[in-house]
This record gives sequence, structure tokens and C-alpha cells, in this order.
Amino acid sequence: MAETLTHHRRPFRRWFRETGWRHLVGAAVVLFSVFPLIYVLSASLNPAGTLITANRLFATVSLDSYIDLFNRPQQPYAAWFLNTLVIGLSASAGSVLLGALAAYAFSRMRFTGRRVGLITLVLVQMFPQLLAMVAIFLLMLGIGEIFPAIGLNSQAGLVMVYLGGALGVNTYLMYGFFNTVPQSIDEAARIDGAGHARIFFTIILPLVSPILAVVALLSLVGTLSEFVIASVLLRDPQKQTLAVGLYQFISQETSQNWSVFAAGAVLAAIIPVALFLLLQRYIVSGLVAGSVK
Amino acid sequence: MTEPTTTSGPRPPAASRKDRRRHQANRIVDGTTGWKLMLLKIIVLSILCATAVYAALVLFINDRWLIGSLVVVGAAALTWIYLQRGALPAKYLAPGLVFLLIFQIFVVLYSGYVAFTNYGTGHNSTKDHAVQAIMLQTQDRVPDSPTYPLTVTESDGEIYFALINDNGEVLIGAEEQPLEPAEGAVVDNGTITAIEGHHVLSFADLLNRQQEITNLAVPLEEDLNAGYLRTQDGQRAYLYTSRYVYDENADTLTNSATGTVYRDTGEGAFIAEDGEKLMPGWRVNVGFDNFLRAVTEDSIRGPLIYVTLWTFAFALLSVATTFILGLFLAIVFNDRRMVSRKYYRLVMILPYAFPGFLSALVWAGMMNQEFGFINNVLFGGAAIPWLTDPWLAKLSILIVNLWLGFPYMFLVCTGALQSIPDELTEAAQMDGAKPFQAFRMIKLPLLLTAIAPLLISSFAFNFNNFNLIYMLTGGGPRDVSAGVNVGSTDILISMVYKVAFVGARADYGLASAFSILIFIIVGTISVMAFRKTKALEELN
Repeated sequence: MAETLTHHRRPFRRWFRETGWRHLVGAAVVLFSVFPLIYVLSASLNPAGTLITANRLFATVSLDSYIDLFNRPQQPYAAWFLNTLVIGLSASAGSVLLGALAAYAFSRMRFTGRRVGLITLVLVQMFPQLLAMVAIFLLMLGIGEIFPAIGLNSQAGLVMVYLGGALGVNTYLMYGFFNTVPQSIDEAARIDGAGHARIFFTIILPLVSPILAVVALLSLVGTLSEFVIASVLLRDPQKQTLAVGLYQFISQETSQNWSVFAAGAVLAAIIPVALFLLLQRYIVSGLVAGSVK
Repeated sequence: MTEPTTTSGPRPPAASRKDRRRHQANRIVDGTTGWKLMLLKIIVLSILCATAVYAALVLFINDRWLIGSLVVVGAAALTWIYLQRGALPAKYLAPGLVFLLIFQIFVVLYSGYVAFTNYGTGHNSTKDHAVQAIMLQTQDRVPDSPTYPLTVTESDGEIYFALINDNGEVLIGAEEQPLEPAEGAVVDNGTITAIEGHHVLSFADLLNRQQEITNLAVPLEEDLNAGYLRTQDGQRAYLYTSRYVYDENADTLTNSATGTVYRDTGEGAFIAEDGEKLMPGWRVNVGFDNFLRAVTEDSIRGPLIYVTLWTFAFALLSVATTFILGLFLAIVFNDRRMVSRKYYRLVMILPYAFPGFLSALVWAGMMNQEFGFINNVLFGGAAIPWLTDPWLAKLSILIVNLWLGFPYMFLVCTGALQSIPDELTEAAQMDGAKPFQAFRMIKLPLLLTAIAPLLISSFAFNFNNFNLIYMLTGGGPRDVSAGVNVGSTDILISMVYKVAFVGARADYGLASAFSILIFIIVGTISVMAFRKTKALEELN
């Protein structure tokens, strides 16, 4: 096209009218998007900083706050971090497995109650688990009286609660994607003598891996940020997650240890942000698949 | 249509020899995996059954007959599903369904039950426990109490008191276990030196667990009015009796000093003639009381209406602002001539990738009135009450939510815009439409139909966007005139949390009643939304 060839020789006014102003908007948006993140990074590098010293961006740079973060017996950051990872990964892996099994059944099998089941799942999606937080707390309190290992203040119990929400949230998204894999592939495999489990695990799952990645990531990130149920169930500081721990940290210490909190926030954000950037393509396609069928 | 469940499919009619050999090889391979799967299945099912049997036994020992039976029935159903041939859909659905039924469906029904009780601080337990607790709290030493030489023992972490009665018998008891004859006790020279299954505490042990021991009161008899044994030093015990006398037949507590009679009037507490309540009470069904309180008590009704309105306003405005900004940016950057747009997209995804609760906490710091960056640097030292003024706090919440939510809308709108063929706009322009006209009449309607379901789910998400509200303002500034702990930025879900879990007084019953209210609102909206979009009809 002639226009692209003469790209560099466009007069400034024309360039501005066509794309230049877009860069102005872009710059404003970039500033808006990035500013709080730069602020928290700067605050975390400010040794022993309070809220007020954090206002001078990058005035001093040191890693003291990061070291301080791991030396607070009252706020066991390392334990929170590890707990969050373990809980997040188990809940995410479990959700993907449960969701994929159910989506496979809905996508490939015809049985009585299938349509009702699908509609129920779509409706259940509208009622997030945290609406029933009081009942969940009382249920786990009751379970804990008899089986302390999976009751109140137990991480295994928390993962089980999260898995309860897995089917409602993920199955419908996965179901749509499973439907895009042609049935003929299953049939060919069946003719070759593969059983249903084999078809599911070795043929279908690899084909739907993009949606598995999206669901795994979204459910991991969702669990990392989940506050309500985790704060209600996990009482012991050693057992808490980052969301619960960091919130209590900042609400108790207010503005005095701002840079230590900021260091904790930066470390906590590294994994989700890195995953998002790495899997960007998948996520965007997953979101769009949800929007434009 | 039924699914073939056997591993062998129909043999292709004209298979060549090579094909047949491959087919055979596959069957052999499949046969081995089938064998392994079978083994795995048996192992998993045995673990499941063993766990279920153990759980059921423990439940039966604790007198939880209903739940114990449910565990047995559930485990039997699962075993039956996986051991039979066929029932494929059930095999794939069962694992998820088990969790869904317990932790999503059951808890909703349970919320409904709790909403009709007075469950909460002061009403946590059964009536027996309440009587016990009242009598324990109000004890005085009997003035002429004899001195009981005491031996303190421990078994399974619980502390026991042991003593020798006048007949030379060894008696032992614990917190909820009145004194009874001990088996296998060894008495040496008038002191107890060993009891079967117990560890006799040494002096050092006594010091270590001093608090536990001085707090312990062991009932003398099954009838609590007989009094309790308490000790200060772990060596001598004295008789204590409660100020209240429990009359089991009349079901009353009487204050022995003043003679006031407290009766169970069905409200979950012992209440005197003049309305004085003895705390703790116990859990009873209160019918629609919680709901009635929510609509009749001014100090609850006012905040509830206010919070409900703000919840709707917040959810609607959040969707609107994020959608408008996201759509605007999607249009701006949806231009092929702009080579650098992918870098912009990369940066714009960052607020979405950053964990939401952290963003809210960071923004809360930046918006701090005294020390925050926004007041101190951007507004040159002004003291704007971003988070403490009722209206500004609402605005701040919308600003922060815009920051959190616009990337998602941008990504989604970009996707939707790109899926609309350019020919449509071109055709419209050929027909003489101006660019904006073409966009508004052609692209926007198409885009809205594609995105409507996502806008609905975004609304539903923001309706319960607990993290943002709680981390940014904590629901504050607090409304001091309200009878419950709410503030002017609280939404329904954060109000439930605060009523149930924040502060000294927890009211699970009222909180559950609020939850039920949210269920009804969300349910109504979803039904209307699904009717409108006909999303459910497309399911097949």
C-alpha cells in the first residue's frame, strides 16, 4: 500500500490526525496504569520508609525492607507466601481436573438431566461462594469439632471449600471450548479401540490445553486474592495466606511500616503478573472466546 | 443416544492386514492401560471407603447419626457408580458434584436455616451448655468448705482432679465429667501416686499449666447445684457453688442471694420478670425475627436500604465507567497503522494482572489524607479526605475500580471489535455514512450483543466486589447512627462480613438473613438478565 510506503514522509499534521493523537491517549493511559505500580516499587525500595517518606519516588534505593520482611516473627511472610502457593496450586489443579471432567461429560455425552445440569451450572455461577460465608464458617466449625484436620483453621479444609466453587465457575467456560473440538476425533480414536478414559486423558485434554491454561491461571490468581473465606477459616497466623496476612499487617501497623508492606506486595505480585504476561495470548483468547462465541 | 462403554469399537469392514495388526496392537496397549486403570480405581475406591468408614464411626461415636448415615450413603453411592459398567456421565460428573453439593448448594440451604436462628455471640451453643456456663461463671467459695487434698492428673491433654473420699475410695473428674470412682489407682500413704491411663502431674507440670488448672472447675455430682471443686495451688481443693440454682423440673435458674427467678421464655436465654437476661443464652429458632428486625428496626432498616442502593449504584457505575473507558481505548488502538499498539496493550494488562486486593491496599495508602501521595504530591499538600468523606470515598472507590477494571473491558472490546468484519463499516461509508455514524449504527449494536453476557457477569462480580471495598475503605466512614457496624461505602456483602465477623458481637443469624436477601436480589437479576439475553435457550 502506498500509504505504508510513504509512512515516514507523512507530514506531521497528517501523522498526528491519523495516529499521533492515539499515542497521546496511550501515554495518558500508560501513566494511569503504571503509576501505582511504580509507586509501590519505589516504596518497597525505600528502607524503613513510612507512608510519608514513600512520596519521594526512588529517593533512596536499598533492599532493607525485603530483608526486614522475612525477619518478623509476628508476621511470618515466608509462611504466608508458601501457604498461598500450596493452597493456590492445589485448588487450581483440582478445579481444572473437576471442571474438565464435567465439561467432557456435558460436551460429549447425552444423558437425562443434561440440559437441566447445564442451566444449573450457569445459574450457580451467579451466586459466588462468599455469599454463604457465614454458613461455610459454621459448617467448618462443626466439622472441626469432630475432624480437626479438615475443619476450621485447616488449609486442607480451605482447599476443599474452594473446590466446591470449581464446578460452577469453570465448567461452562470449558464446555464451550470442548465443543469446538470435533467429535470425529473421539470417534476415530474409539474405532481404533481407545476407551473413554484414554480418549479423555490422552486425546481431548491436550487438544483443549489453551482453556486448561486459562482456567488454571484464573483460578490460581483468584485463589491468591481470595480474602473472605480464607480470613474466616484460617485463624492461626502461621497458616494464613498472603491476602489475609498482608491485610492484617497493614491494618495493624497502619502507615509506619509502609515500605515493608510494599516489599511484601511486590513479592506477592511477581508470580501472578509474570504468569499473566507469559500467558497473555491464551488469556486474551480465552476472554474473547467467552465474549464472541 | 447411549455411549459405547466397552473398549472395542466396531471393526472397520475392509481393513487391510496392516490395519488389523495395528488395531490389535492398540487393543493390547489399551488392555494394559485398562488393567492399570482398574487397579488405580480399586485403590482410590478402597481409600475412599476406608476414610468413609472411619469418618462414619467417629460421627456415630459423637452421636451425629444423621451426618454419619449421609457419609455412608454417599460413599456407597460413589462406589456403586464407579464399580458398574456404564453410567459414564455420572463417573465424570461425580467428583465435582460432591464438592459442589457440600460447599455450594448445602451451605446456601444452611444459610437459610441459620437466618431463622439467633446464632451468634451469646447464643452459640445448646441450653445445657448455657446452664453450665452460667453456673461456672458465678461461683463463690462455700464459706465452711472442707479442704480436699488433691492430685492433678492429665490424660490426652485434658486435666483431671483426683481425690480420696472419706471411705478411702479414689474419685476422679474433669471439666464436663463429674467425680466418679477411678479404676487402677495406686494409693501410697494417703496420697495418690498413679492412676491407670493418667499421668500424675509433678510440681513443675503444675506450674507450667497453672492457668489451666486454676480455671478448672470439676462438678461434684451429676446435679450441678451440688457445687464444684476448684483449686488455687493444685494441692488443695475447696467446694464452690454457683450463685444460681438450676431447677430442672421447673426449668428455671434462681439467684440464691436475691431470690430472683429466671425463666426460659423461648427466646434462647433465661429471663427475669423485669426483663433482665442471663448470658450466655443458647441457640433457638426465632422464625422471621431476623428479617423482621431488618425491616422494622430503624437503626437497621435505614442502613440496609442505604447499603442496598449504594450496592446497585456501585455495580452499575463500575460496569459503565470501565466499559466506556475500555471501549474508547479499544477504538483508539484498533488501528492497523499503529505499529506500537501491542506495547500499549502489554502495559495496560498490568493493572489487571496485579492482584486486586494489593492494588486496593496500595491505593488506600496513596489516598491517605495526611501522608498519601495524591494529597501530598499531586495536590501539593492539600488535605482532601479521599477515604473519610462519605461522598468522596464513593468517588475514590469508583476511580480505583476504574483502574482495576478497564483493562479487562479493553481486552474484551478489542476482541469483539476485531471479530466484526471491516466490510460492514466500509459498506456503510460507501452509502454515505460518516465514520462516527457508521460506528454507532453498525459496529456498536453488534459489539453490544456480543458483549452483553460479559457486562452482566461484570455487574454480578461488582455487586459482590468485597475485596475492593473492604481493602480500600473498610466500608467506612462508619455510620455512627446505625445499629449495626456499617459505613457509607459498605456494599451488601461487606455488611454481611462485618455483622458476622468484625467487632466484638457476632450475629450470624442477622448476617445470614442479609445473605438470603442478596441471594434473592442476585437471583431475580439473573433470571431477568437471562430472559433478556436468551442465553439459556442457546444451551443444547
